[in-house]
Amino acid sequence: MAEALKKMTVSDEVAIQITAMNKWYGTFHVLRDINMTVQRGERIVICGPSGSGKSTLIRCVNRLEEHQQGQIIVDGTELTNDLKNIDKVRSEVGMVFQHFNLFPHLTILENLTLAPLWVRKVPKREAEETAMHFLSKVKIPEQAHKYPGQLSGGQQQRVAIARSLCMKPRIMLFDEPTSALDPEMIKEVLDTMIQLAEEGMTMICVTHEMGFAQAVANRVIFMDQGQIVEQNEPKEFFNNPKSDRTKLFLSQILGH
Amino acid sequence: MTLAVEAPKESFRLSQLIYDTRYRSYTIQLIVLLLFLAFLLWLTNNTIQNLAAKDKDISFNFLWNRAGYDIDQQLIPYTNDSTHFRALLVGLLNTLAVAFLGCILATVIGVFAGVLRLSKNWLVSRLMTVYVETFRNVPLLLWIILAFTIFSEAMPEVKDFKVTQEIVDSGGSPAASMTFFDTVAITNRGSNVPAPLLTRPLGGFTVGGIPINLSVLATIALLAASIWVNAGLRRRAKAVQEATGVRPVTWWKSLAILIIPTVALLVAMGLHWEIPGFATGENGVSKGFNFIGGITVPHSFTALLIALSLYTGSYIAEAVRGGILAISRGQSEAAYALGLRPGRTMNLVILPQALRVIIPPLISQYLNLTKNTTLGIAVSYLDLKGTLGGITLNQTGRELECMMLMMLIYLCLSLIISSVMNVYNTSMKLKER
Amino acid sequence: MNQDLSYVRQDMLVQQTPPVTERGLVKWLRENLFSTPMNALLTVLGFVAVVLLIRGILPWLLNGVWEATSLSECRAIVAANAGEGAHGACWAMVNERWNQFIYGFYPRELYWRPTIAFALMFVALAPVLYYGLNRANAIMVGVVGILLVLALVGVGTDGQHILLAAAIFVALTAVAWIAPKKLVWMTAAFPFVGFYLLWGGSVWGPIGVLAGFAIFAGVWLALQRAAGVVVAAGIAVVVAAVWWLVIQTTVTTFIAALLPVGLDAIDSDQFGGFLLAFTIGVTAISASLPMGILLALGRQSDMPLVKTLSVGFIEFIRGVPLITMLFTASLLLQYFLPPRSNFDLILRVIILVTFFASAYIAEVIRGGLAALPRGQYEAADALGLDYWQAQRLIIMPQALKISIPGIVSSFIGLFKDTTLVAFVGLYDPLLGITKIVRSDTAWKGIYWEPYLFVGAIFFLVCFSMSRYSMYLEQKLKTDHR
Repeated sequence: MAEALKKMTVSDEVAIQITAMNKWYGTFHVLRDINMTVQRGERIVICGPSGSGKSTLIRCVNRLEEHQQGQIIVDGTELTNDLKNIDKVRSEVGMVFQHFNLFPHLTILENLTLAPLWVRKVPKREAEETAMHFLSKVKIPEQAHKYPGQLSGGQQQRVAIARSLCMKPRIMLFDEPTSALDPEMIKEVLDTMIQLAEEGMTMICVTHEMGFAQAVANRVIFMDQGQIVEQNEPKEFFNNPKSDRTKLFLSQILGH
Repeated sequence: MTLAVEAPKESFRLSQLIYDTRYRSYTIQLIVLLLFLAFLLWLTNNTIQNLAAKDKDISFNFLWNRAGYDIDQQLIPYTNDSTHFRALLVGLLNTLAVAFLGCILATVIGVFAGVLRLSKNWLVSRLMTVYVETFRNVPLLLWIILAFTIFSEAMPEVKDFKVTQEIVDSGGSPAASMTFFDTVAITNRGSNVPAPLLTRPLGGFTVGGIPINLSVLATIALLAASIWVNAGLRRRAKAVQEATGVRPVTWWKSLAILIIPTVALLVAMGLHWEIPGFATGENGVSKGFNFIGGITVPHSFTALLIALSLYTGSYIAEAVRGGILAISRGQSEAAYALGLRPGRTMNLVILPQALRVIIPPLISQYLNLTKNTTLGIAVSYLDLKGTLGGITLNQTGRELECMMLMMLIYLCLSLIISSVMNVYNTSMKLKER
Repeated sequence: MNQDLSYVRQDMLVQQTPPVTERGLVKWLRENLFSTPMNALLTVLGFVAVVLLIRGILPWLLNGVWEATSLSECRAIVAANAGEGAHGACWAMVNERWNQFIYGFYPRELYWRPTIAFALMFVALAPVLYYGLNRANAIMVGVVGILLVLALVGVGTDGQHILLAAAIFVALTAVAWIAPKKLVWMTAAFPFVGFYLLWGGSVWGPIGVLAGFAIFAGVWLALQRAAGVVVAAGIAVVVAAVWWLVIQTTVTTFIAALLPVGLDAIDSDQFGGFLLAFTIGVTAISASLPMGILLALGRQSDMPLVKTLSVGFIEFIRGVPLITMLFTASLLLQYFLPPRSNFDLILRVIILVTFFASAYIAEVIRGGLAALPRGQYEAADALGLDYWQAQRLIIMPQALKISIPGIVSSFIGLFKDTTLVAFVGLYDPLLGITKIVRSDTAWKGIYWEPYLFVGAIFFLVCFSMSRYSMYLEQKLKTDHR
């Protein structure tokens, strides 16, 4: 499986282009001179100590956070103050959150069809068919009429992934998707993500699952203090880290 | 690698006003502002036209005219020759008096009822539940009227208190007698209570028509000083406790500091009580038609105060109960396990946490009580609403001015209460951390 | 020490009753009433209080007279039954004036109209109160229908209208059973149906107002794609306002001349009693909901001007007593409205009471909004929903659900406060109607009975509502978990 992934070609087409991007929270310089290009079909894992700005970075990609300097171009659309551009990017980019953020007052099916109905203006029948398709893909079609509170954490996260997929996104962002899960549930979510990767989805994933990074990613980015410290192929990154900070981080995370 | 798009055009397009996050909020706010101004303009324009049609103008000069009506409860001197402004002040003081006493009484009732409702005593907790539910689910107006009716219809008339020649001859007693060890006479017209009198008063002076009584001022100042000294004593005790581990016994010192100076001052000024009663002639036969001496408290005040306190008390009881319930049982168990006695547990562990939960609803209940004093018009209690918003308004026909002024005063009162209590609330919160 | 340590039980012990101090009444008394000296004292005090209360009130209640035509006759009957000097309640007054306490001066032959409106109110509330319990809706609609028919018989309605009411409720029950979601249309139509039933007049007036809303919806839907949600809503409001203010009267008068369909018009002076209390309370609360939602959103807004205006409005309303608002309605509104515009006192009171309630509702909803986690907003953003879509589909359904208990208690407060309208000359049940009853020579001097009667009804309504909101609170805590 992993071998199949490695052989998959990455196209030359640019999916995300970030140039000289800076962001401050008040006076705190949270992202410093970020330059990054993501090709279509790339699977990128971002890791780093907590507070290093990795979540903020991917939240900038669909403008849940606003950047103050530099340029972010997603799928040919620059993120500016223009609401139309923001709407366009958000409907093309799916996002999965650490705490799932499913809508507790809606059933699973309603959670999945909500955005297609109201944002994409898809007919209800079609939206439901798509929803069921993705629900079977994450292997929980039988839960369609339950409420999120009745599902386990792992199931909820898979629903959240399916919810994003229903918008037929071209890019998926994962913000620590397994951090809030019990150990036995992590695998079912990771399996879903690997399956997604095999289908050629462009993915940016903030995670501490180093096994996942080694198996799936074609690039690992290490961030510290709001800047990109090192990026490399997974094999090189884990076996032969260049920067001292990376070495320290890896020794802490893999040391036991 | 190439950039996907060229640099954005800097030229300004009109659609940016709506679709650009930078300008969008300004656009919306501008529209809101324009609508608001248009609304104000419309109101003002209508008002001007209406005033012109009725041949009126806006002027507050009527406040300095003679009021010409009597107010039976006056905390500052007032006659019907006084101005409308003075009537306003008398009304405001009446509002404040009933609100202030009501808040204190309601808090006492509410704390008792709330704590007793949690009591393990089945009968008592049921009784308190009945009290709370009955008062919360029936309009306040009904309680005010009911209280007033009880006083004015069920209490004896003044003449029933009189000792007539026949009673003396037959060796009987009058139809009604005074309560509280023969000091208070409750008639159907009002409650006659003893008046505090001083033989050696400190005198007084007037500021802007409002008399300041030096004796009262001195007593209050002395009391405040005692409280301050007591606080110092407690601080000392705490310091000693921290240094040596043993807290000195302070309760009797506190009691002495708080009571003795004030009592001494009152005795020095020659405080005594003038008990209401009839002038007695030979053989103890009463003369005259009414009580002399003492203070007559009108039933409108008593009924309003009682109804407001009981009604608000039921809400405060719920707040207190909720606050105590919010502190988990685990907290007191933890304190007991550490060896703290129940009293200490309450003071050091439960109360500081419960107060934080209780105080916000308490503030809003104080505000409600203050606003509800306006219901006094149902029993003709002349508070601010009764004077400025009632008789003055009707006499002068200055509806606009009177209502505006009255709303402004109530608004200020509410803001003052909520800000004072909020300051207290924040200090409570800070103390905990 | 040659003791044998092994032990085997030969026969098993059967369960025994605890000692007498640990069971039954004794235990209960000891634990609940006399656990400590302090508790014992409290028990005795409480017991004495209860006994005194019962001794004071019970004879009065027991000697009550239900059939009499005047207070003096009542007293005579009490004296005859219970001996000279005995006290007794004179419920005969309630018996005779019952209708007036409920309906005020509403024409007796038209009592069916407010009664049906009251019953329809429960149907309109059903989708809200029993959200998710579809069968319960149908059962409740059916029960309300049966009660309605009984009530109509009770107030002496003619058979024609009873049949009409029964037919309506059979139909509604069927709808609630087959297609419960369709009941929402009843909720939407109720304000107009209710208004029409209560005030009567030409049927075209309410339809004209309804048409305004239809125009609003039509324009909004047509322009929404092209102009965006907010702009479309703005234009739609303007168009609807033009219809209401300029065109509607002409059109409806014209149609009314052609097709004069309508009920007898009822003057606002004829409203009174609990009919008035419910009319004001229910209208004000339901009208204050949308306004409260907007104010709560305004208070949460990032735009300083919108925020300031919302906070200013809310704090002003919450800072002044309701009575001043009522007097504003009766005295000041004539200054603020265009000259010669003169409309009904009840309507003016309802408008001001709505403002009053909306400030309180706004604070309740603000609490509901604050209880929602940030992630809900972020997820809605990430899916590409715009502000109003996110509010309508994600935020408000959840925030309102959390706020239901708060809204119910606001309603209880408001319902109790409707008694204050007596001060501006309306006939509320407590002061207004009672004053009329007491000014009748037959009942002159009666004071306990009317107050107790009105108080008891208020207690029944408010207490059941507060219990219902507690039930909802419990249900919401466990819902969807």
